[in-house]
Amino acid sequence: MLTVPVETQLLFAGILFFLGLIGLLVRRNLVFMLLSIEIMFNSAGLVFIIASHHWNQPDGQVMFIFILAVTAVEVAIGLALILQVYHHFKTLDVDKINKLKD
Amino acid sequence: MPLSTIIALIPALPLFSSVILILFGGQLSRKVAGRIGAGSVGVAALLTILVGIDFINALPETKSYSVVIWQWLHAGNLSANIAFSLDSLSLVFIFVITFVGFLIHLYSIGFMAKDEGFTRFFAYMNLFVSSMLILVLADNLLLMYLGWEGVGLCSYLLIGFWYKEPANGTAARKAFIITRIGDTAMIIGIFILFLSFGTFNIAELMHLASAKWAIGSSLAVLTAALLLGGALGKSAQLPLQTWLPDAMAGPSPVSALIHAATMVTAGVYLIARTNVLFSLAPIVQTIIAIIGALTLLIAGFSALGQHDLKRILAYSTISQIGYMFLALGVGAYSAAIFHFMIHAFFKALLFLAAGVVILVLNEEHDIFKMGGLRKKMPAVFWTFLIGSASLSALPLVTAGFYSKDAILWFAYSSNTGGIVLWLAGIVGAFLTALYSFRMIFITFFGEAKTEPTFSAGKLMTVPLIILATLSVVGGFIELPASMGNFHLFSNLVKNTLPEVAIKNVEHLEGLFQLISALIASLGIYLAYRFYFKKPTFIEAFNHSRLNRFFEKGFGFDKVYDTVFVKPIVWLAEIDKKDIFDQLNIMLSKLALWGNQILSIAQNGKLRWYLLSFALGIALILTLMLTK
Repeated sequence: MLTVPVETQLLFAGILFFLGLIGLLVRRNLVFMLLSIEIMFNSAGLVFIIASHHWNQPDGQVMFIFILAVTAVEVAIGLALILQVYHHFKTLDVDKINKLKD
Repeated sequence: MPLSTIIALIPALPLFSSVILILFGGQLSRKVAGRIGAGSVGVAALLTILVGIDFINALPETKSYSVVIWQWLHAGNLSANIAFSLDSLSLVFIFVITFVGFLIHLYSIGFMAKDEGFTRFFAYMNLFVSSMLILVLADNLLLMYLGWEGVGLCSYLLIGFWYKEPANGTAARKAFIITRIGDTAMIIGIFILFLSFGTFNIAELMHLASAKWAIGSSLAVLTAALLLGGALGKSAQLPLQTWLPDAMAGPSPVSALIHAATMVTAGVYLIARTNVLFSLAPIVQTIIAIIGALTLLIAGFSALGQHDLKRILAYSTISQIGYMFLALGVGAYSAAIFHFMIHAFFKALLFLAAGVVILVLNEEHDIFKMGGLRKKMPAVFWTFLIGSASLSALPLVTAGFYSKDAILWFAYSSNTGGIVLWLAGIVGAFLTALYSFRMIFITFFGEAKTEPTFSAGKLMTVPLIILATLSVVGGFIELPASMGNFHLFSNLVKNTLPEVAIKNVEHLEGLFQLISALIASLGIYLAYRFYFKKPTFIEAFNHSRLNRFFEKGFGFDKVYDTVFVKPIVWLAEIDKKDIFDQLNIMLSKLALWGNQILSIAQNGKLRWYLLSFALGIALILTLMLTK
């Protein structure tokens, strides 16, 4: 069985996280921003799996299940909000949705 | 119920209902609020009559009742009680306050029916009645001062009752500030009395003052002058009279109750109450007589030039209180208090009737835009006519004749009186008759210029009729020596107030009465000639400079504005930018600057927030890891 060193595994998770962050900052469409957040979530989940595998402990796997549940809820709420935002503003561009300011 | 409880209840009832109306006014319907407001004063009036009967029955033995409710404050040798004392002087006052007050409250239910501030109005009015009762019942000067300031506050609140009009607020502040000048003098006078004698109790003070101070001693003169200052402010006498005409901005029942019948006569009460002190300062008493005479003349001329119905009545009030001061100044206390009572009847009547006229003509105040109302509102016309006749002292039939005639007679015959004071009074009487009937002829006769929009209900006309009756029969309880010689009123008050010492001229009394009767009739006749028969005269006079001078009340406002207001405003203006203000301005500028910097960050762009969020986390992580 091919073993990948743990540093590489963590580096992969880190790259995934920064991809998500950059996507979040660069994208203006709310749907894609939500998608980027999902990527960041999953990278954090991945770190749990890696740690669990590294120390042979099941806790990390359990935590990932939790994160999965939270993500599902977050996506549901996020999508619902996005729908409402679209109904109200007829756009998904965050730079145009700044009505809370003055 | 013991008598002491009843006396305490008289001021407590209106206070209680005022508190109820303030706390629960929002939940009460107009009907209930009106009943509570007028009812409490009505019950107080009934209790006053009960107490009055009891008092008169016990009279020769007991001269006053006193009731201590509780100890108000006590520190060192300073102590004051919430304590009331009822003697014949305060009995006359509480009778007028509760009885006339009740009629005015009844009238107000009709008058204010459509006003949005209905319950607020009754809350203020009840508070006023209560404060005024405390003022006249107080047995010590400190409690009296509480009532004194209480009525001042209510006067302020009620002048500015229609607060949405900025001019009304200005009038209210003017009244408050000008009376405050007098009040400051008065409280200093009270302090001097306390420092000299160590008590606030009025009876004790008067006793000690007459025992310890010599007639004309400087402290006595100073204290009397300071108390006089308070009286001048409250009673709108020269030189503090300018607030009263502007105070007409309030609703008409307020003008009737506060600025005609009761509060403005508080100065008369104060001087009558502390008459011992004034008899120790003869020079101050002479000043009172002179101020009274001057005020009644100036206000009489001013009334002649007014166009606003209520302002005529306001100047007339100043002038009539001038008569009371004239009487006080020559030592005729009983005549002053008698004129106070009769004046309360007819002036309240005139203000209430004027209120009806103004209300049905849609807030029309200018008498030259009225006219011909005699047939359209007969009840108001006849009561107004009776009130004006009483005001102008129409001989024999009206109460005003008997009360004013007594003052005129004593102004001449008193030891301290003289022909000059009498002449001022008689010219004033002529002016009174002239301006009263000018008002009648222009408002109620001639051709109609404005149509009444509706007719007044019973709630408004019945109080008018009762007051009109009192304005006629009220005079018969005190008839001069030359006709009837009937002295019910002065017998009642003579155990409290000293009798006037008169010169040996009693045989002239009939002659003087004849002169004053003729002068009053002449005034009415001339008003008929000039204002009814010859309208061209009115036109010419209205445009004359003399008339404008009268209309402005002899220009007192302008003089005070240049001498006091403008310099103070100028001083405040140049003082606005001194070093301490600069410091404060800098502080506010700093805050504003910080706000501008920070508000750049609040741009509403979500991605900017995210970026700064991420950078912040990166910064914190770096700091934590490199430590």
